[in-house]
Amino acid sequence: MAYISFISEYGGRFIDGALVTGLLFLCSLALATVLAHVFGLMLLSSQLAVKAAAVVYVEFFRGTSLLVQLFWLFFVLPLFGVTLDPFLTGFLAVGLNLGAYGAQLVRGAIQSVPRGQWEASYALSMPPARRMRRIIIPQALAIMLPAWGNLVIELLKSTALVALIAVPDLMFEARQLNNSTYLSTWTFGTALVIYYIFARFLITPFMRLMERVMARRLGRT
Amino acid sequence: MQWNWEFTTEILPRMLWATLNTLMAAGIGYAIAAVLGLVLAVAQRTPFRPLTLTIREMVEFLRSTPLVLQIFFVYFVGPEYGISLSPWVAGMIAIGLHYAAYLSEVYRGGMEAVPKGQWEACTAINLSTVQTYRRVILPQALPPSVAGMGNYLVGIFKDTPMLSVIGVAELMQTANAIGGQNYRYLEPYTIVGIIFLVISLVSASAIRGFEAWVRRKLGMY
Repeated sequence: MAYISFISEYGGRFIDGALVTGLLFLCSLALATVLAHVFGLMLLSSQLAVKAAAVVYVEFFRGTSLLVQLFWLFFVLPLFGVTLDPFLTGFLAVGLNLGAYGAQLVRGAIQSVPRGQWEASYALSMPPARRMRRIIIPQALAIMLPAWGNLVIELLKSTALVALIAVPDLMFEARQLNNSTYLSTWTFGTALVIYYIFARFLITPFMRLMERVMARRLGRT
Repeated sequence: MQWNWEFTTEILPRMLWATLNTLMAAGIGYAIAAVLGLVLAVAQRTPFRPLTLTIREMVEFLRSTPLVLQIFFVYFVGPEYGISLSPWVAGMIAIGLHYAAYLSEVYRGGMEAVPKGQWEACTAINLSTVQTYRRVILPQALPPSVAGMGNYLVGIFKDTPMLSVIGVAELMQTANAIGGQNYRYLEPYTIVGIIFLVISLVSASAIRGFEAWVRRKLGMY
């Protein structure tokens, strides 16, 4: 069978899978971004209990493997009476995991905002919340964006793992097709290329654009 | 569901054995990646443009597509061309290639940090390419790469559970098997999590120590 007829027959399944992957990607990206900022700020807190809670979260999710977390959530939570839909489990696992990595980026970026900016906002006696919102965070965002781009790619790749708990994403569809057609090179190859296009021609250019926008808004062009 | 200590002590020896397999898989994969990564990094510096561009795009491809899918690809595509790979071999190839792409970026950064004058001096005293890399460039490029290499050592270890998808009997696969046989997932998956957490935390701090040692040894504080 030629590749053309293969793709015209099964192309729809790849598109279905890609849409689920895309949705999962956006949902977990939103969750990871929120968690990263909350816990990143908590890591910098002067209150020991707050900081300790954040350290436990970050080290726990960075220290155990994502696949282990995914299986734990999927197989163990139901034993405690919490049964989650596979999609929801996948979204939670990926979001929580990448959020922990993101928290470190947020912490690092905030700490590398020049000292003088902090001092100036003390000198103007800005309240802490406004200092963060108006002075520190915008500059920290510009610092963390390049590393954030890598994290977003990591997140996209991590979503492939949810296929193992039967979320019908791109990876899942590829596996199913492989089981029924035995055309491994084409099924897995096509899926790999779709992931690549996602990463290289959607995410990377978008992150570059964001970097340029941030630089302009901070007057650094 | 209650935590069953009797069951825990019963399965613990098997889990610890499987941990050795996980460590071995990570070790072999890392060794392949470390060597291949260096080849990829050096190949990107040759003056032959088509080669450097191809390698560059290959590295991007490997880095931006999911490792699980790559594992499936290697495992299932081999037989299509008459090469049957055992799960271990296929897994080591996939993980080795994936991390080689990451490590090549680390080495590349290290090599770019070597001052340009060093390259020029090598040309001036007429060193061969091999001599230039072996005696001048690599010894200076590797120390700044240690931190990045350490990160990926921990990373590769946390990604080995993905090998369970093709049936490599590492920690995750063993936990799956125990769970399936006994209909108890709480203990095996939790133990896997704890083992991962302990090894990750210990190795991360060991790497930090090693990094400090390298720095001291080279007189860079």
